[in-house]
Amino acid sequence: MSPPVPSKLLTDDVSLIMVLIDTNPYFWSSIESNFTFAKFLSHVLAFLNSILLLNQLNQVVVIATGFNSCSYVFDSSISVSPRAESLLPKLEEFVENDESLSQDNGSVDGVGSSLLSGALSMALCYIQRVFRSGPLHPQPRILCLHGSPDGPGQYVAIMNSIFSAQRSMVPIDSCVIGSQHSAFLQQASYITGGVYLKPQQMEGLLQYLLTVFATDLHSRNFLQLPKPVGVDFRASCFCHKSTIDMGFICSVCLSIFCRRQKKCSTCGSVFGQTQTQQDPSSSDLKRKTPSSS
Amino acid sequence: MMQRDINGAERRFSKGEDEEEDEDEGTGAGREAWERTYADERSWESLQEDESGLLRPIDNKALYHAQYRRRLRTATSARIQKGLIRYLYIVIDLSRAASEMDYKPSRMAVVAKQVEAFIREFFDQNPLSQIGLVTLKDGVANCLTDLGGSPESHIKALMGKLVCSGDPSIQNGLDLVHDLLNQIPSYGHREVLFLYSALSTSDPGDIMETIQKCKLSKIRCSVIGLSAELFVCKYLCQETGGSYSVALNEPHLKELVLEHAPPPPAIAEFAIANLIKMGFPQRAAEGIISICSCHKEAKFGGGYTCPRCKARVCELPTECRICGLTLVSSPHLARSYHHLFPITPFDDVSLSYINNQPKDCFGCQQSLLNPGNIPGPRAACPKCKQQFCLDCDIYIHESLHNCPGCESLRHSKSAINMEE
Repeated sequence: MSPPVPSKLLTDDVSLIMVLIDTNPYFWSSIESNFTFAKFLSHVLAFLNSILLLNQLNQVVVIATGFNSCSYVFDSSISVSPRAESLLPKLEEFVENDESLSQDNGSVDGVGSSLLSGALSMALCYIQRVFRSGPLHPQPRILCLHGSPDGPGQYVAIMNSIFSAQRSMVPIDSCVIGSQHSAFLQQASYITGGVYLKPQQMEGLLQYLLTVFATDLHSRNFLQLPKPVGVDFRASCFCHKSTIDMGFICSVCLSIFCRRQKKCSTCGSVFGQTQTQQDPSSSDLKRKTPSSS
Repeated sequence: MMQRDINGAERRFSKGEDEEEDEDEGTGAGREAWERTYADERSWESLQEDESGLLRPIDNKALYHAQYRRRLRTATSARIQKGLIRYLYIVIDLSRAASEMDYKPSRMAVVAKQVEAFIREFFDQNPLSQIGLVTLKDGVANCLTDLGGSPESHIKALMGKLVCSGDPSIQNGLDLVHDLLNQIPSYGHREVLFLYSALSTSDPGDIMETIQKCKLSKIRCSVIGLSAELFVCKYLCQETGGSYSVALNEPHLKELVLEHAPPPPAIAEFAIANLIKMGFPQRAAEGIISICSCHKEAKFGGGYTCPRCKARVCELPTECRICGLTLVSSPHLARSYHHLFPITPFDDVSLSYINNQPKDCFGCQQSLLNPGNIPGPRAACPKCKQQFCLDCDIYIHESLHNCPGCESLRHSKSAINMEE
């Protein structure tokens, strides 16, 4: 009755790696050391090629995370050449296109954030497609090679992506290239069970990538990978954007405030009274008076 | 033609079972239940061959997608206020009627399975809410678990208490829940969900009075019936603003139960807007030994420290055992934001202009062309105009809650910044 069992081509160690490369030109021009984008790329290409060599069924997809846009630049399953160098023409095209969009939008102050939320969303859509393809699919994971500072405006979108990744059990690994830690990526890796790493020596990037991020999910169980250090789960208030230990939450829209207010500035609800006070029928409710805690 | 096919299929079936099933041949009326599921559903008709000769189910994607669209429309028809902080009691009927075997293996087992799935989904979607369990049996209502935020403890308590006997009493259930829900803070939304198997209720007094009492206390009562519609349940739901539905079969029951997981539209006078004081504890460094206040055990590493009284707790979200402060982490709040900022439903794209349509889905790069280079069905975001395949459309709206197109364009950022 049952169809012949297909030989198990895909074992535990076949991986699909979605690599998100930060191409934000403002970030790369701000780096003081001589670790240029070209050097970074040569490290990454060697890493991608070694992943493809590790297992003939491994698959690598590269998404460029720019300042104004995001785009797929490489997919080893449809690429003509199996080597990762073939992403270069597309990447160049993308960077030029991204730059031209920059000119339309005028200048930016500071380094500016790249569009991590968009790239993460695209990567998750691609992974869902792999999940849909049938019961035999490679084990997906996402690797963010990110350097730009976090963009506060992307907070909700990035958190949505993180929860969706968590629900479909896709770990988000992050390797921070910049000088500062990224709170977004720390949370992403912590919540999804990925590895967060900020290499000390950029010259040895390839070695970091190979030792930490090249191993498949199954083999990770046997390795001592970098442990998460204290992740900051404190929230920042909406009124002053300062990080707080204790705060007040609007029960309607969950906005965070650092001190007591009369009215919510986000949703406009007035605290501590019903909106239907004119209605006499609702005044004789037996209800506890709102307590302060 | 098709009729002959069925008979042919049946004859082949019968050959294997010749010894017992002789009399069924051809008539169809005396078929065994398991045979009928094959004959009635004609499952072979929903198969087709693909390019490589493998059997595949017929593409009912378009149909499924239309259904999903309808669901989405009703859900996001207007940007309504949602009750995000919910206090929900699930009342499970464990009377004699719950041992009926019309659901396999029994109504009780099926209900327990669905409640388990529901509890997990509920806490995923409402991280700041709490659930309690109440059972009805032998004419009385028992509180199985108090309101709490840990899915595991509820599920464990329920699975240990699956015995049914006697008659159920809706009134006793409502009275108990009414007393319990009167203690919760005024900003919370009070809800009751009945999973009712019986066709009767044996009450000690006038149930209509109890219903009015619940109405006055702003408790939203919903009922999911497993057998047939009951007037008293319908009246209860109408009066208190809940929803009443009766399940046809197990998949339908699952659907009905899970409909209660996303936060319901908030009715303004049901809960008072208020500021809630909350603490955001930091995760303690690894490798430190301390005694946690929830299990009263010495724990090695991990854990969170209450910012007010410095007590150690193991899990978030919770209430500090010492000072009573609600402890959450910022991801818990963020998990609810998509209910507040839903993304706009995508539009179907008319396929009349074939020339300048993109070939691939923006999200997953899947080809949007049907075999033979004919443009296939697709959906487009009204804001960024990017086109997506139908699978991505569903994934984006049901799980991701981000539009990849809008997120990967710089100038659409201003809208998001304004919402902040």
